[in-house]
Amino acid sequence: MDHHAPIVYDLFGISGFHINLSNIIMLTISALIVFCIGFFSARSLKMKPTGMQNGFEWIIDFVKNTINSAMDWKTGERFFGLGITIFLWIFISNMLGIPFMIVNHETHELWWKSPTADPVITMTFAVMVIVLTHYYGIKIKGAKEYGKGFFKPIPYLFPLKVLEEFTNTLTLGMRLFGNLYAKEILLTLLATAGGASLLGALAAGLPMIAWQAFSIFIGAIQAFIFLMLTMVYLAHKVADDH
Amino acid sequence: MPDVIYWGDVIFSLGMFIILLLLLRKFAWGPIVNMMKEREEHIAKEIDTAEKSRQDAEKYLEEQRKEVERARDEAQSIIETARKTSEKQGEDIVAQARSEAERLKENALADISREKEQAVAELREQVGTLSVMIATKIIEKELDEKEQEKLIEEYIQEAGERL
Repeated sequence: MDHHAPIVYDLFGISGFHINLSNIIMLTISALIVFCIGFFSARSLKMKPTGMQNGFEWIIDFVKNTINSAMDWKTGERFFGLGITIFLWIFISNMLGIPFMIVNHETHELWWKSPTADPVITMTFAVMVIVLTHYYGIKIKGAKEYGKGFFKPIPYLFPLKVLEEFTNTLTLGMRLFGNLYAKEILLTLLATAGGASLLGALAAGLPMIAWQAFSIFIGAIQAFIFLMLTMVYLAHKVADDH
Repeated sequence: MPDVIYWGDVIFSLGMFIILLLLLRKFAWGPIVNMMKEREEHIAKEIDTAEKSRQDAEKYLEEQRKEVERARDEAQSIIETARKTSEKQGEDIVAQARSEAERLKENALADISREKEQAVAELREQVGTLSVMIATKIIEKELDEKEQEKLIEEYIQEAGERL
């Protein structure tokens, strides 16, 4: 029950530079899966799409529509790559922890899990997104307009506007982490109960299936919300008026 | 919750994100989006072509309709002309036949009257001859000198009266 992350402390002898091997592995696996999905979808492109190409085109349209709902396509087109990558990667990462979980029983190290159930990873994504919004805000509207944005609509809201940037970052990362972490915890609980005894297996079987189904739903919804909020934050910084 | 922040993961995930983004653009959505754009253009072109063909077809249809109309008019006029010609020809033939008949009738009448006159003349001649013969016969038998004298006298007189 009490699992630890397989952390390697002080990598390359650098003090304070630790890595979580589980996250590294799981992120790599999910990135590989995302790449494979994309790669094999684009393997034999046809004018009349079939099979996987159809599916990937649907995903493209889906991301496009999400961007379109936040801003016009002319400004939003440059964020398409960011959107589709972040959406697919988070979605696949969310899904990875659902079917099973690999734990080293001797060291209680948790190896196979959703990497998005780790706050460091989700906060990394969140900070990256917020930094990108500022970057594109300055790039597209210019530093002056970008600065003015903090004093709109009323100048004395400036402190709140600054605070908002931090809360946005925190909520964006923590929402994803919280949902996925809760999913992992409950799955671990149910799996432990199911593995403990025959009675436990009988009792936990049905809730397990239900929770796994719900986890798929949570994973999809959270990936979508992350994409949506990314685009909304970008739109706030990039759009001329809203 | 983690006891320490593992910065290695932060750097790794950011790097992985960039790599994944680039790879996806190169191999996945880049080509697919291109294909989608191509398809859009293709469809737009096809729609244009279809529209053009439709207009062409309509134009041809209109032309054909006019052509048929013209052909019908022409046929009508040809029939009309033919009828007129035939009527005129018929009338001509009838008139010709009538005049021919008239001519034939006149000829026949002329022939008949000529024949009649000829016959009458011939008859008169023969009657004259015959009467002279008869008269000769009678005169040979019955005429005496005196009576002959008287008869001559009468003839002369008669002839004198006629003259």
